[in-house]
Amino acid sequence: MPREHYLNATYGIRSWLLTTDHKRIAMLYLVSVTFFFFIGGAFATMIRIHLLTPQGLLVTPETYNKLFTMHGVAMIFFFLIPSIPAVLGNFLLPIMIGAKDLAFPKINLLSWYIYLIGGSFVLYSFSTGGLDTGWTFYTPLSSVYSNSAVTPAVLGIFINGFSTILTGLNFIVTVHTMRAPGMTWFRLPLFVWAQYATSIIFILGTPVIAITLLLVGLERMFHLGFFNPALGGDPILFQHLFWFYSHPAVYIMILPAMGVVSEIIPTFARKPIFGYSFIAGSSIAIAVIGFFVWAHHMFVTGESTYAALTFSLLSYLVAIPSAVKVFNWTSTLYKGSISYDTPMLYALGFIGLFLIGGLTGLFLACLGLDIHLHDTYFVVAHFHYIMVGGAVMGYVGGLHFWWPKITGKLYPEFLARVAAITLFLGFNLTFFPQFILGYLGMPRRYSSYPPEFQVLNVMSTAGASILALGYLLPMIYLVWSMRYGAVAGPNPWPATGLEWQTASPPLTENFDVTPEVTWEPYDYENRPDLGLAIHGAPSPVHGDD
Amino acid sequence: MQSDSPLYPDQASNFAPNVDALMIYITAICAFFAVAITAAVIYFFFKYRRKDPSDVGVPIHGDMRLETAWIAVPLLLALTMFGWGAVVYVDYRRLPMDTLDIYVIGKQWMWKVQQPTGLREINELHVPVGRNVKLILASEDVIHDFSVPAFRVKMDVVPGHYNTMWFRPTKPGRYHFFCQQYCGTNHALMGGWVTVMEPMDYAAWLSGSSDATANPAVAGEKLFADKACTPCHLPDGSGRAPSLNGVYGAQVLLADGSTVTADDAYIRESILSPQAKIVAGYQPLMPSFQGQLTEEQLIDLTTYIKSLQSQPVPAKGAGIAPATGKK
Repeated sequence: MPREHYLNATYGIRSWLLTTDHKRIAMLYLVSVTFFFFIGGAFATMIRIHLLTPQGLLVTPETYNKLFTMHGVAMIFFFLIPSIPAVLGNFLLPIMIGAKDLAFPKINLLSWYIYLIGGSFVLYSFSTGGLDTGWTFYTPLSSVYSNSAVTPAVLGIFINGFSTILTGLNFIVTVHTMRAPGMTWFRLPLFVWAQYATSIIFILGTPVIAITLLLVGLERMFHLGFFNPALGGDPILFQHLFWFYSHPAVYIMILPAMGVVSEIIPTFARKPIFGYSFIAGSSIAIAVIGFFVWAHHMFVTGESTYAALTFSLLSYLVAIPSAVKVFNWTSTLYKGSISYDTPMLYALGFIGLFLIGGLTGLFLACLGLDIHLHDTYFVVAHFHYIMVGGAVMGYVGGLHFWWPKITGKLYPEFLARVAAITLFLGFNLTFFPQFILGYLGMPRRYSSYPPEFQVLNVMSTAGASILALGYLLPMIYLVWSMRYGAVAGPNPWPATGLEWQTASPPLTENFDVTPEVTWEPYDYENRPDLGLAIHGAPSPVHGDD
Repeated sequence: MQSDSPLYPDQASNFAPNVDALMIYITAICAFFAVAITAAVIYFFFKYRRKDPSDVGVPIHGDMRLETAWIAVPLLLALTMFGWGAVVYVDYRRLPMDTLDIYVIGKQWMWKVQQPTGLREINELHVPVGRNVKLILASEDVIHDFSVPAFRVKMDVVPGHYNTMWFRPTKPGRYHFFCQQYCGTNHALMGGWVTVMEPMDYAAWLSGSSDATANPAVAGEKLFADKACTPCHLPDGSGRAPSLNGVYGAQVLLADGSTVTADDAYIRESILSPQAKIVAGYQPLMPSFQGQLTEEQLIDLTTYIKSLQSQPVPAKGAGIAPATGKK
């Protein structure tokens, strides 16, 4: 380990709370998003225990409604959306492009404080009456009828939006202006492409949700008739505005995870990624097309048939770039030198779960099926496969991949593999039965249900307990490794990116001298500096670039 | 009623077999890809596992033909899913002629149903087998959703306007219906049963439980008088507002020259937002009744206006477009 690095360069609480080092800010985010993950996870645990019996085991319907609402709000706005960008992206993006920091280090710190302020409002709402509108805040339920603490919650999410916007802005400017010499656009790691695409959604989408929720607050406080039909408003208008952001928000959650997987797979197959430009381009395609599919959440609101047809077709189009990624990742394994290290288990697990999550999206994009499946447990299963099976697996996999870089220490590999496999199995047992529940017609957001649905619900709860174990295990050994883990060295895997060219943990300035990039991404063939045997490989086959 | 299959609910409407066939088609395609890709991942994982710690893989950068193939083939398959799904959906959204019209009102947290005879039910819906049934959906408060899994259909119930849905029950029995749009505290309790009956049984059930005091046309007539509609909407067309005789279901000529079908939604809008559509030849004088009538009262009024269908239409009748005036 280097004698001096970003963690020990300065000491004291002030040196953390006033830091402008992107790596330290990433650590601040790591702690705060983990906090919200625990809160959201605790709500999820109570939900699953409650649903063990048809009448509901644990809480009143009123409390149950608050549990699933607060689970959604905590997980989506304060864990999933910031998780990969604000933690891994913050830490890695500047190092990956050979920069000393983000373009606006102080704004980066400001983002975190805004996140904290927004989070405080939401925690205030949770602890003073709770929130029972569903994370979707549908009007006029949220703006007129709910008796829970809606106003502080929407204010909190409104404020938090600025944190997201500033992070996106910071990333975009950094990628444009701060790449090291030789780091051309098509030499960027695919993780950077994914962060860039995500940042586009951040700055274009977030203002819409922020304003929309503000309007809900105004309607609640001052009875201005935006959405309440009794005041001349239109409740469907809310859904258009809400999904205009919240569908792209799904891509905010999944794109960064796809970026993580695109880093892990070539590293542990030790070969260039298959179809680099197609994976990079598909990130941008998802970000752009993702803005034009929102009304597929509204096929049964009575929207016009022509609108429904248009949005169904566009939803099928946005599936194609995701398929392209999966095909390319799979092909990257072909003739690789594949290892079983923990990050690779997460990446392959991601492919399996994202595959199911993505493919079941085709069922919901289908107009004829959506009239049956809409708002059933099929939808719940689908988006958890994307957001937990995809985004969270990507995040946890990414944490394992870069943990040696972030902390300079290795975690216990065997335990980590056990945790990865536990998560994969527990996840499937939790959420696969919910597809069947959905087709059988069980509505989502039900605190009690007809008895014929019980067996599948019990299976789901059993899976959730395994899943919970799978999350606790890494929390324990990752923290343990910070003190007791073996020293990792600068490049333990070894991987090709610039972040692996510097010390672990990196210096405050990231690099002693600004690196100059003379190689293509994931180019193991031309990297004698990695100390690998490049034996018996045939001449490179170039088809893509 | 519980289905015999653990994987899908009863097939009890005209839509159920179509939706299930579509489900099987998409499941087959998706299962093929899921299995094929998972198998490839597992096969590569073991076949190309690292034998020596310093090994690297073969540098393959991509293949244009493969990229083209795995863009084109999924796209074509996706388009077939879209097309088939669109056919089923358009069939569902296009209402057939000749329907049995039933009003369904959602309110936190119960369903009120009104049969064509005016018979009312709560959290129950009786329908005859083999008949096209149209539900006219209204909400007193928040958004609800009327969903019958055994029929494979649902529709949101949105405050402020009517939505409609239809189905043709194909199998007698009792089936769950659910509120499927989260609507507040007792959302999970806002359900009930659809009873599909043989037509004879349905007719007997309707007449057997008729209740003259709850006749909505009578209630509507009283409301019509109480709300002072009568002085303007004179039946002979001599009032300041058009006569409503025969207006339900007719084409109404508007001041801007267009015509509109006087259906439930039009009548509802004309009561709540009278300025939205002005009948040709009349002044925009009518006040809005927004906030003064419940959804149930609106349905009573509509039922009353419907009952005027058989009354003689005056010469200056509600701006009803002359039959020759349209194709």
